Order: sequence, then C-alpha cells, then structure tokens
Amino acid sequence: MRPIGESRRLGRWGGPAGIVGLILTGLATLVLLAFLVALLTTVLSKGMPAFSWRFVSTIPRKDFFDVDSAAILPMVVGTSLRVLIMTVFVMPFGVITAVYLTEYADPASPFTRGIRAAIGNIAGVPSIVFGLFGLGFFVNFLGRGLDGLTGSGVPVFGRPSLLWASLTLAVMTLPVVIVATEESLRSIPSGLREASLALGATKLETVWTIVLPQALPGILTGGILAVGRAAGEVAPILFTGAAYYTAELPGRLTDQFMDLGYHVYVLATQSPNVDQTAPILYATALALLVLTLALNAGAILLRSRMRRNLREAV
Amino acid sequence: MGLRRGHRARPGEWIIEKLIQAVGLSTIGLMVLILVFVGREALPVLMGRINTALVQPILPSKEIDSIPRDDLRSYLELSRSQFEGMDREMLMAMMEAREEGFRDIPESFRADPDSTVNTADWRQLLLPRQWTGYTRPEFVWQPVGTIHKYNLVPLLVGSLKVTLVGLLFAVPLSLGAALYVSQLAPVRVREWVKPTIELLAGIPSVVLGVFCLLVLSGLLQSLFGYQFRLNALVAGIGLGLTAVPLIFTIAEDSFTGVPRGYVQASLALGASPWQAAWQVVLPSAMPGVVAAMILGFGRCLGETMVVLMASGNASMLSWSLFDSTRSMTATIAAEMAEAVSGGGHYRMLFLLGTLLFAISFVTHLIGGRIVRRLRRRLGGVA
Amino acid sequence: METPTSRSIPAEDALDSESPSRTSPPAIETKDLCLSYDEAPALRDVSLSVPERQVTALIGPSGCGKSTLLRCFNRMNDLIPGVRVTGQCRVGGQDILGDGVDVIGLRKQVGMVFQRSNPFPMSIRANMAYGLKLQGLRNRVEQDRIVEESLRAAALWDEVKDRLDRNALELSGGQQQRLCIARAIAIRPRILLMDEPASALDPITTMRIEELILELRRDYTIVIVTHNMQQAARISDRTAFLYLGEVVEFDRTSRIFTHPRDQRTEDYVTGRFG
Ligand SMILES: Nc1ncnc2c1ncn2[C@@H]1O[C@H](COP(=O)(O)OP(=O)(O)OP(=O)(O)O)[C@@H](O)[C@H]1O
Ligand SMILES: [Mg+2]
Repeated sequence: MRPIGESRRLGRWGGPAGIVGLILTGLATLVLLAFLVALLTTVLSKGMPAFSWRFVSTIPRKDFFDVDSAAILPMVVGTSLRVLIMTVFVMPFGVITAVYLTEYADPASPFTRGIRAAIGNIAGVPSIVFGLFGLGFFVNFLGRGLDGLTGSGVPVFGRPSLLWASLTLAVMTLPVVIVATEESLRSIPSGLREASLALGATKLETVWTIVLPQALPGILTGGILAVGRAAGEVAPILFTGAAYYTAELPGRLTDQFMDLGYHVYVLATQSPNVDQTAPILYATALALLVLTLALNAGAILLRSRMRRNLREAV
Repeated sequence: MGLRRGHRARPGEWIIEKLIQAVGLSTIGLMVLILVFVGREALPVLMGRINTALVQPILPSKEIDSIPRDDLRSYLELSRSQFEGMDREMLMAMMEAREEGFRDIPESFRADPDSTVNTADWRQLLLPRQWTGYTRPEFVWQPVGTIHKYNLVPLLVGSLKVTLVGLLFAVPLSLGAALYVSQLAPVRVREWVKPTIELLAGIPSVVLGVFCLLVLSGLLQSLFGYQFRLNALVAGIGLGLTAVPLIFTIAEDSFTGVPRGYVQASLALGASPWQAAWQVVLPSAMPGVVAAMILGFGRCLGETMVVLMASGNASMLSWSLFDSTRSMTATIAAEMAEAVSGGGHYRMLFLLGTLLFAISFVTHLIGGRIVRRLRRRLGGVA
Repeated sequence: METPTSRSIPAEDALDSESPSRTSPPAIETKDLCLSYDEAPALRDVSLSVPERQVTALIGPSGCGKSTLLRCFNRMNDLIPGVRVTGQCRVGGQDILGDGVDVIGLRKQVGMVFQRSNPFPMSIRANMAYGLKLQGLRNRVEQDRIVEESLRAAALWDEVKDRLDRNALELSGGQQQRLCIARAIAIRPRILLMDEPASALDPITTMRIEELILELRRDYTIVIVTHNMQQAARISDRTAFLYLGEVVEFDRTSRIFTHPRDQRTEDYVTGRFG
C-alpha cells in the first residue's frame, strides 16, 4: 500500500510517470507548432518583400528568373482555371455518388461495399500515380483517340492540356467530395425524409427538395476542401498539362498552362542563382500558401458552423 | 443490389434513379480504369516482352528460308497482319537493314558484354550486376547514356528509407500531440491547438519542399555536420510533416471517441489523468491509432514533391540516412519528361507507378483488415 | 390459447348506433396481416377494421408493434430494409400491399403525424405548401387559401398568421406539432395516422391537441397510437390492445376500459401490467 502522504505529494498528475508523460506529449505538441510557425514565418517574411500588386497582376517575360520583372499572373490564372474546371466535373459526380450511397444503396450489397472500397482506394493512391493515369488515359488514350476521330494531323487533344489536368485532378479529389457530402447527408434527421414521404413525395422529390438543400453546407465544404487540396498539388499535373513557360494566358481547354505550384518547384530547383531568386520564390510560395490556406480555413469554418447548427437543431 | 430501399419510383424517375445508380457504380469502374491504364503501359515489362539490349542478336539474311516463320516475325518485331502483308523481298530487305545497323555499331560497343544485356529483364530489375567499369556487382538505376540500367532496388530502398524516417518523425509527435490535445490539455488550449495543427494539411507539399530544401537542410547539416546537404533525413522530416495532420486528426478523433465513461471510471478509481490516458484511452483507441499509422505510411510512400526537392535524388543503394536518396515517386516525376513515349524507360516509369498503386492497394486492404479485427476485439470502441 | 385475436370487427359493431360506418365500408381493414423485420416477427395475424370518421386508438406496452402497424397503413415500412409483409390490408376497399400499388397516391390519402414533430427547416408557409406543390397546385392564391384553412383547422392560425414567412423551427414544440398536423391535413387526406403525437408535449398543449383531434374527427378517420390511457379513453371511439404483435382485443373504447374480455387487457388498462 502506498502511504497517503505520497499520493498527495505527487498531486493530481499521478507521480513521475504522469509528469513525464504530460511533458513529453506537451513537447510533441510544441514541436509540431514550432515547425508550423517556422514555416509560416519563413515564407511570410521572405516572401513579403517581393510581393506586390504588380507581382500578381502582370505577365512575366520569358526569363522569369529575372527578379525585377518576375510576376505570376499566368500561374494564378492557370491554377484557378484548373481547379475551377475540376470543380465542374467532380462536384456533380461526387454528390450524385454520395446521394446514391446514402439514399439508395443497400448497405449490405456487395456492390455498395465495392463502391466504398473503391473510394477508399482512390483516396490512398499516390498523387503521382494520378499523373501517370492522366497521361496514359486522358492524354494518350482519349486525346489521341479524339484526334484520330477528328482526323486532325497535328495533335490537338493528344497532348497535355488544361482539360486533361483538370480531369486528372477531378479523379483525384473525388473521394474528398464524396466523403464530405456523405457526412452531411447522414447528418440530416431521417424524420425530415419521412415527413416528406408521408406527404406523398416520391423518393427523388424528397432528395431534391428536402435532403439536398439541407446538405448544401456540407457539399460546399467538400467542394472547398477538394479545391484546396487540388490547388496545391503539383505531381498530378506534371505530365498532364503544366507548362514550364507559355507566352500567353490559356484561352482554350486544349491549351497548356503555367501553374503556381509547378512554378514554385521550377524556381526552387532550376534557378541559375538560388540566393538571388529566393525573394521571388518565396513570394510565389506565399501566393500559393495564401490561396490554399484561405480555402482550407474557409472549409473548416463552414464545417464547424454546420456541426454547431446541427447540434442545436437536434 | 439496387433501389429497393424506398418505394417504387414513377417511370420518369426510374430512369433518373438508374442514372444515379450508374454514377455510383462507375466509381468502381474508375478504380479499375486507373489500374488498367497505369498497368497497361507497364505490361510489356511485366510479361517480359520488351528487349532493351543495345546489340540485338542477328539472324543472317542469307538463311531467310530456313528460319521458322514465327521466329522471323518476332525477330523483325512485326505484328501478324503486318507480317502477312509482306513478301519475301521486303522481309529480306528488313533483315539486311538489321545487319547493316549491327555493322554500324562501333566495335568497342559490340565487345562490351553489357551491350547484349536486356536491361528490362526481371533479373536486371531485381538482382545486382557487375556492369563494365564497376568493381563489384551492384544495384544500379541509371536510365541515361547508351545503356539504360533499370534496377529497381535502389528506388525501393530509397522510398522505404524516407518513409520510415517520415513515420519515425510523424507518429510519435502526432500521437503525443493528439493524446495531449484530447486528454490532458485545458479546454482553451485544445480549442486553438487542434485547428492549428490541422492547418498543416492545407500547406501544399511543394511549399513544404521549399522549406526543407532551403531552410531545414542547412539547419540540420550544421547540426549534424554530415556531407550531403540533401538526404533521406531532410526528406523524411518533410514527409513526416505532410503526414502529421493526417495521423493527428485520425488519432485525435479516436481518442476523443473513447467513451467519457471509461475515463471517468478510471479517474474515480484513483487514476491520474495521465494514467487514464495511457492505460485506458490509448489501448481502447488502438484501431484508430493503427489506421492512422497505416494511412500515414501510404501518405509518406506516395508523396512526391517533398522527396523530389529535399532528398538529393541520387539513386545509389544505401541505408544511411545521411546519403542522398531517390524515391520511386520522385523518379517518376523527374524522369517522365525525358522518357520517350512507349520506350523502355517510359514503361519502366509506369512499372514504378503500378508498383506504387499495388502497394497503396495492399496497404488499404491490410489496414482495413487490421482495423476491423482490432475493433471486433475491443468491442466496437473508437 | 383463448386469444380472440383473429376475429374481425366485433359483433357489437352492428349495434353501434353512433357509428356512421354502418353503411360505408371500413376505412382500413386488415386480415391476417403479418410483418417481420429481418425474420423477427413484429405483427402476427392482425385482423381489424377501422371505421370511417372515428378515432381509433392503438394501445399496448412498448415494443408490441403499434408503430409498426400504423406504418403499414401508409406503407412507410417500405423504407426499412428487410421488412416482409404478408396478409391483407385494404384502405378504402383497395388492397395496398400489392406490388403494383401507387404508394405515392396512397400516402396522399393517408396522412401521418410523427411522435417527434418534424417540420421542414423552412418557412411556415413553405412547410404548409410543400404537399400542395407535390400535388401540382401552383396557384398562390389557392395555396394561401388552403394554408389558412388547414392552419385554422389545426388551431394554429391565430398564433402564426403574422409570421408565416418565419422559419418553422422558431415555433414552440407544441406549435411545431400542430404545424405538422396542419401540414398533413393540408393535402386533404381521408385518413390521419398519429403516432404518439402528444408524447413529448406538456399537459396543456396535449389538451389542445386532443381537442383538435376531436374537431378533426368530423372530417377524418383517425388512427392514433398512445401510451396515455386517459387520453385513449377521452378521445377515441374504439381501442385496440396490442400485445407482442397480436391484437388481443379490439372494441368500443368504453367497453375496453370498463368490461375488457381478456385478462391481459384488463391488467394493462388498469396499470397492473408487469
Ligand atoms: N426498423 C426496425 N428494424 C428492426 N426491428 C424493428 C424496427 N422497428 C421496430 N422493430 C421491432 O419491432 C417491434 C415493434 O416495434 P414498434 O416500434 O412497432 O413498437 P411500438 O409498439 O411502437 O413501441 P413504442 O411504444 O415503444 O413506440 C419491436 O420489437 C422492435 O424492436
Ligand atoms: Mg412506437
């Protein structure tokens, strides 16, 4: 038996083990926070000097390593376009799949389990493999197939482009949209569905007029998360559409485009003089970071508000 | 399968519901499509149908009539229909062209035993070989120069090495932080620490790559004083940072998911918060923790940009953490631009992709199994 | 052994002078209705007939199948996977269990009010108009007329007439439940099913809902599930006592509460049930 005095002395943390445990776990938290802070302050402090309105709003000359004339408008446009087009494809597909899974599918059926397994797998596939898939399927198979059909001599579809990069990203972010949508569909009380059905609505009418409007915040969250994820990804677009340099902004779906993330990579690894070009590198990274963090913060906020509303409603 | 949940639809809706079902089912198709179109390009390598030897064996054109037709066809690399469409003259001309080409190869090459080696053969992919100029058998990935060497072992080892470093960095830190945040921290701390750590998920890996490349690498080098600035350690820590939000979030969720009653019961028996966290919460959240580690493994193995930028990309076989390292993902990203579409190198990169796909597939499968088994054993907690 | 279950309509029915159902056919009629959830039987050989324009109460201990039976009448059980139904169930003389039955049409005739009030998170007006729009009624004037009429019938009009465009979730619990009743009667069903409509409400609101039910009785056939014996006694004309999925006794309410024929019924209504 432990003497009473000892347990009092060791206090509420439960002895040396408890204190060591507390310190270690607290330290782990601190280390992670320190990394985050170091990263953010580095990018911010080194990126701010070169960051200006001119920097984001002009088209750079061909030699984009030149510190004075460097600018990122084409990259901002390229990245925005590719996530926008991706959204157009991934949202309907993801939402419909989630609706099927929550509202229609028999959870015990092998097909349903197959779909769930497929979604989980797609979520785990490395992003570079999506790049290969995009190259093999969209560019080489679909693109060249289309070129063969239209009989054009020069490749129009059969080369990397905005369209193929966006589609590749759509495939990659599909699980994000499905999972977020499913979560919000499941959180809708079944009483609402029953009420609608009991009033003589068909299942589809119920989904369309009651379920989907209620799930809208969750669907939106999923969309923003997908966009945030895709905006920062470089690997899937390396072979499917990103260009080292283009003289003009992309005007057609079949154009190649410059991309913020890819540009960061180029500036970091192919600069003739890394120290000299560091300011524009950090400024470009800052632009990308602001974009993705804003999107993610938006999604987190939206979701927490949604969960709170839900808790109050129940 | 199907739409039995709910009532019978009306005819117009029946079509729409079938469409919804079709979209849902097509997710499975998508998964298959990915496998097929990545695997398709790698198939010739897997089937041993590709021969990259610089100097191919020569069948003398004089003997054209004594060579079995099938052998002749595969020698000239013709499809059956192409072959049928050709007369003796044309075949003869092709054989002579081959002989011509052979004579054009400089004597020095022909004498090199490496020049007749099919570097895409599975032995060359997996076993060491003493190439000309090497003092002992080695595993070499070197798809440049006259003879492309495609040994996969250095890349596999490189990927595993950085992944292990990444996990060794990320798992203890994430689990520690998750335990602290969910069980030990005061509520006010918890409320802002959790979203802050999750913010890491929103940082693009290419930005993390820049951080590792320009900041972390110098810092660690001055700390440890090793030779190569970019190496497996730097890349591993970068990878770890990409995996932290994933592992942290899942672990934190499953710690929080442990019924409050368990903790209170153990506190009521006189346990300290730490004892409750360590002896009650951690074990009963085990499925979540395991799932987090498995997903973290997949994440580290599949991450591209950080490794590409921070590992130094030297494809030598080494288990040292301080050597420059190259992973499978980084290899694909770095080399695809110079690989000729449909060529040996191109197919080899797709083979790496297929391998990555297979690993992620198996990880997911095994992970799901383990988690399900643990969950059953622990009676449905977490 | 001496369960008088499978006997349809009790003989006294013919003598029941206050019943208008003597000439018209019963609103709902079941015969040997059996239902099981994933092989676990929940209803066994239920045979009863619910007369028109009367209030029929279903009573019985928890889990005996009251809700299940009620949900058979508008086929809400279809929503639950693994449900199997055999036997007959007729509404307005028409079989409703067959494959070819227009379930949507059935539910427009058989309205339902749930235990937990479930107004849509939209405006009061939108809640009320929801069923009307489903019926294809687009005319706003006509819609407004029916909305007012139904809200008046549900004794809610005076409380909400000034805030029809406010969110229905702002209403109190009792008001929400009355809104659900109003919403159900807005589409003019012939039958109204109510599953413990007042169980979550305070005594005063409960009383208002009971009054409402007695009002509605003139125009609608009502089947109500309740755990409250006094309530059943106060508002219903007929009462069915269910036990373990069987109808033990079905009779005029006054009889059930004064001279039950079955021992179990007596035990239950007198509160001696173990
Ligand atoms: N969705 C379902 N799946 C499986 N079994 C169910 C389901 N709903 C009800 N049951 C079972 O059917 C039986 C009857 O349930 P029902 O809900 O009809 O009871 P009840 O009489 O309405 O009870 P209460 O008074 O508590 O509401 C119960 O044994 C219940 O467990
Ligand atoms: Mg019930």
